Amino acid sequence: MIRFVARRILTIAPILFGVVTVTFLVMQVLPGDPVLALVGERYDEATLARLRTELGLDKPLAVRYLDYLGRVARLDLGRSFVTGRPVAESIAERFPRTALLAGSAMLIAVVFGVLAGGLASRGRHPWTGRLLMGITLVGVSIPVFWLGLLLIHLFALRLGLLPPSGYGGGSLRYLILPAVTLSFASMASIARVTRSGFLDAAGEDFVRTARAKGLGDGTVLGKHVLRNALIPVVTIVGTDFGSYLGGSVLTESIFGWPGLGRLIVQSILRRDFPVIQGAVLFTAALFVIVNLAVDISYGIIDPRIRSAGGGG
Amino acid sequence: MRARAAGPGTAAGLAGLAVIAAAVLLAGAVLPHGPLEMDLSRSLQPPSGAHLFGTDAFGRDVLARVLHGGRVSLAVGLVARSIALLLGLAAGTAAGYFGGRTDALVMRLADVTFAFPTLLLLIAIMAVVTPGLWALCAALGAVGWAAMARLVRGQILAVREREYVQAARAAGAGHLRLIARYILPQCLSPLIVVFTLGLGMTIMAEASLSFLGLGVQPPAPSWGGMIAAGIPFMRTAPWLTLFPGLVLTATILAFNLVGDGLRDALDPRSPLARRRAGRVAGDGAAPARAGGVR
Repeated sequence: MIRFVARRILTIAPILFGVVTVTFLVMQVLPGDPVLALVGERYDEATLARLRTELGLDKPLAVRYLDYLGRVARLDLGRSFVTGRPVAESIAERFPRTALLAGSAMLIAVVFGVLAGGLASRGRHPWTGRLLMGITLVGVSIPVFWLGLLLIHLFALRLGLLPPSGYGGGSLRYLILPAVTLSFASMASIARVTRSGFLDAAGEDFVRTARAKGLGDGTVLGKHVLRNALIPVVTIVGTDFGSYLGGSVLTESIFGWPGLGRLIVQSILRRDFPVIQGAVLFTAALFVIVNLAVDISYGIIDPRIRSAGGGG
Repeated sequence: MRARAAGPGTAAGLAGLAVIAAAVLLAGAVLPHGPLEMDLSRSLQPPSGAHLFGTDAFGRDVLARVLHGGRVSLAVGLVARSIALLLGLAAGTAAGYFGGRTDALVMRLADVTFAFPTLLLLIAIMAVVTPGLWALCAALGAVGWAAMARLVRGQILAVREREYVQAARAAGAGHLRLIARYILPQCLSPLIVVFTLGLGMTIMAEASLSFLGLGVQPPAPSWGGMIAAGIPFMRTAPWLTLFPGLVLTATILAFNLVGDGLRDALDPRSPLARRRAGRVAGDGAAPARAGGVR
């Protein structure tokens, strides 16, 4: 098991390096001059030159790249063009809020998704399955920003039950609508794979063996069926949670949730490149690490994967 | 195969797509109003016989804008998916056929592309390029190449050493002829599925970018942009956000229905086996999901 985990951790090192490089390159190809964007309409040549030197923009690309690698290695993400605040500080301030939203959404998605999928797989009537598949397909097809607006319209503007937007210090009233909105697509996907996972696992040989051994329904369901049905659920939880942790740009924007996603959008509007670069890098790194955790958890759930070495 | 493909869901999806495509294509010929025609004396009118979807703050016909926006969305989706297909085909073929260093390089690049949440990568790209339709298509296509490349590579690895390929090689067929004539045709059906499933997601991604102001630029109509423009009027003129979103959702749903149906028809393996294989063996066969665009 330890060797399996160690090998998995080694595989992400080159990916993280690639992520840093791509983030650097994307921000270098911008056609506009960030310094011009910074000083605005009125400037003189001396100020421009001073700013360029200060930001290191007068050095050749390779030197800047090495500088950047060095700074990233020391976790120094630079300072905002606009506020002068260290980027790492802004991220540290906003990340807990994004994590709160992401965690709540994932919790809702897993609880209701597995419940709905499990129930639908037990349904004797073929229509229960079809109905669930239909509803969940709509669930993955609704764009999150439109769903959010519909919920705001209904629960905030029409019924006045919940606040339409804002953070409210992280209180539950403010959290409900964005968390439900964000959870929707994951919930639908989880319900789909749970149902098919339950159905598939129930037909597998090892389940028949377990039944033949005389194990009770509960043991078979808990030990054999659930374990196998869980793997695709873990995949979805991993990829979705990984991307939510990086800030759900759309959900945070429509609900005015002051997390990482909103930080990214605001920085784009202000063309505040160090912040965009830092936040994108942080998010992608987090995404890679969460996916690593998912890979490792496969080995815990399914011993076959561990012994096979895990493949790619 | 055809009989299995035509489940009720697939049929509904195809019918939906036909209706949407017809409406979008005929909009200019049938509708009395153009998408950019302003009439301030008729601003913010609720849906009526004269304006089925109502009018916006500038008195423009919302139905005309929804249909013309759809034309842009569908075109961008198709072009972007084609770009992803071409890039993925080239990279995946090179990786699978030649193997070795080429393979390692392409697959590491794919890993790095996958390391970014889709929407975030799109936002980062669109934030630094000059906005425009071609930039939008290129960005959406560039983001989609990796899944295609993995798929093509996996398929090629599976057929590369088959006997008929070896026979063709022994008969003196060159690399190009081997690839084009004997190997690629074997990859067609999974590629069609991934192309179709990806269309829904690409259209959602385009709408999301336009919603954020990074996609199709106003005054050109787009579903995402129209929804964003309707937000300040949500209390007084909810039809501004309702109708574009409804048509957008219906379009994505239709593509997903067709994609799902095609997948079930072309892939005999169960969804679980496919997902497990896609994840564990990394052959890129995992179903395309819209979950990345949040």
